[in-house]
Amino acid sequence: MENLLNIFIKSIFVDNMIFAFFLGMCSYLAVSKTVKTSIGLGVAVIFVLLITVPVNFLIEKYVLKKGALIWLGERFADVDLSFLTFMIFIAIIAAIVQLVEMIIEKFSPALYNSLGIFLPLIAVNCAILGASLFMQEREYNNVIEATVFGVGSGVGWLLAIVGIAAIREKMRYSNVPAPLRGLGITFILTGLMAIAFMGFMGINL
Amino acid sequence: MSNTEKEPIFSMKNFTLLTGPLNKNNPITVQVLGICSALAVTVKLKPALVMALSVTIVVAVSNLIIAAMRKYIPDRIRIIVQLVVIATLVILVDEFLKAYVFDVSKQLSVFVGLIITNCIIMGRLEAFAMANKPWPSFIDGLGNGFGYGIILVIVAFIRELLGSGTIYGYPVMEKLGVYRTGYENNGMIILPPMALILIGLIIWVQRSRNKELIEN
Repeated sequence: MENLLNIFIKSIFVDNMIFAFFLGMCSYLAVSKTVKTSIGLGVAVIFVLLITVPVNFLIEKYVLKKGALIWLGERFADVDLSFLTFMIFIAIIAAIVQLVEMIIEKFSPALYNSLGIFLPLIAVNCAILGASLFMQEREYNNVIEATVFGVGSGVGWLLAIVGIAAIREKMRYSNVPAPLRGLGITFILTGLMAIAFMGFMGINL
Repeated sequence: MSNTEKEPIFSMKNFTLLTGPLNKNNPITVQVLGICSALAVTVKLKPALVMALSVTIVVAVSNLIIAAMRKYIPDRIRIIVQLVVIATLVILVDEFLKAYVFDVSKQLSVFVGLIITNCIIMGRLEAFAMANKPWPSFIDGLGNGFGYGIILVIVAFIRELLGSGTIYGYPVMEKLGVYRTGYENNGMIILPPMALILIGLIIWVQRSRNKELIEN
C-alpha cells in the first residue's frame, strides 16, 4: 500500500510528465488557452492512461519480453519480440483510443460531446506513449503498480495543463513585450512552473 | 541545376521548402510541433545531434513513403497507416543506434521511441505529404528535420557550454582557463526547466527580428 502511494505521489509531482520530461507538450501548448477545455483534455488523458498502461504492461509481460511466450509451450522459451515494442504499443494505444471513443459515444453522449474533439488527438499525445515506455523502462512488479503509475502521470499532466491555462487566462490583462506574446511567454512560464515543481524532488514516502 | 524541362529537381519552390523551416516556418518556434521529445535531449550536444539526425531521417523517409502511397490510403484509417510507417522507421533507427552508438542510445532512452509520436512527423504527413508528390514531400521532410535540428543544436550548445563547460565533450572552459578567475559552471542550466526558458528566449529573439511572426 505504501509502495503504491509512493508511486502515485512520485508520478504526479517528482516525475511530472510535463515539467520533468516535456511529454505531451504539443497539446499542452495548443489546448491550454482556457481552463474549461484544458480540464476536458486532462480528464481524457487520465482516462486513456488508466486503460493503456495496464494493457501494455500485460502485453509486455506475456508477449513481448524475452521468454515471455513460455506459456505457449517450451518451444517458445527463447522467443524475444522486444524489437516490436514500439509498433505494438502505438497500435494498442491507437486501437484503445478508437474503442474508448466508440464506447463513450454509445453510452454517454454528454461526455462524448465534451471530450469528443480531444479523443482522436490523444492517440498521438506523447504523454500516452511516453507513460507506456517509462512503465517498460522502470520495470514495475505487477499490473496494479503499473496502473497506479499511469493514473498518477495523468493526474500530473492534468495539474500542469490546468495550471498553465489559469495563468494564461490572467495573462491577457498583462503587458507582455510583443515578440514574447503567445508562445514565448508560455514557454518561460512553463519553465518557471517546472522550477517550482523541482521543490518536490527527492520526496520519498 | 535542373535535369528535366518539365520539373526541375531543385526548383525555386523546392528550395523554399528546404530553407523555410530553418527560420520563418520553423517547426518548433513557429509551427509549435515536436517539442515533446526535443527538450529532454539537449543537455549535451552529442545526443542532441543524434536525435536531430534521427528525426530528420524519419520525417523525410516517412514523408516520401506516405506521399507515394497517398492515393491508396483510405481516409478513415490514415492515422493508423501513418503510425505503422513511422513506427517501422523508428524501430530501424533505434536498432541502428543500439548497434553503432550504444552510449548515446542509452542517454536518449525512451526518447527514440517517442519519435513516433513526435508531432512534427504526424503534422508534416497530414499537412504536406498527403497532398503532394513524393519528391517535394521528401524535401519538405528534410527541411523540417533541419529546422528542428537547428533549434536542438542551439539549445544544446548553450546548455552544454554554460552547464558543463564543454563543447561536444571538449573542455573549452578549462582550456581557456576561466575557472582560475573564479568562474563556475551553472548547475541550474542542466536542469529541465532551463530548456523551456531557453526556447522561450530563442522565440523572443526570432520574433523581434521577424515582425510578421508576432502574435496578438
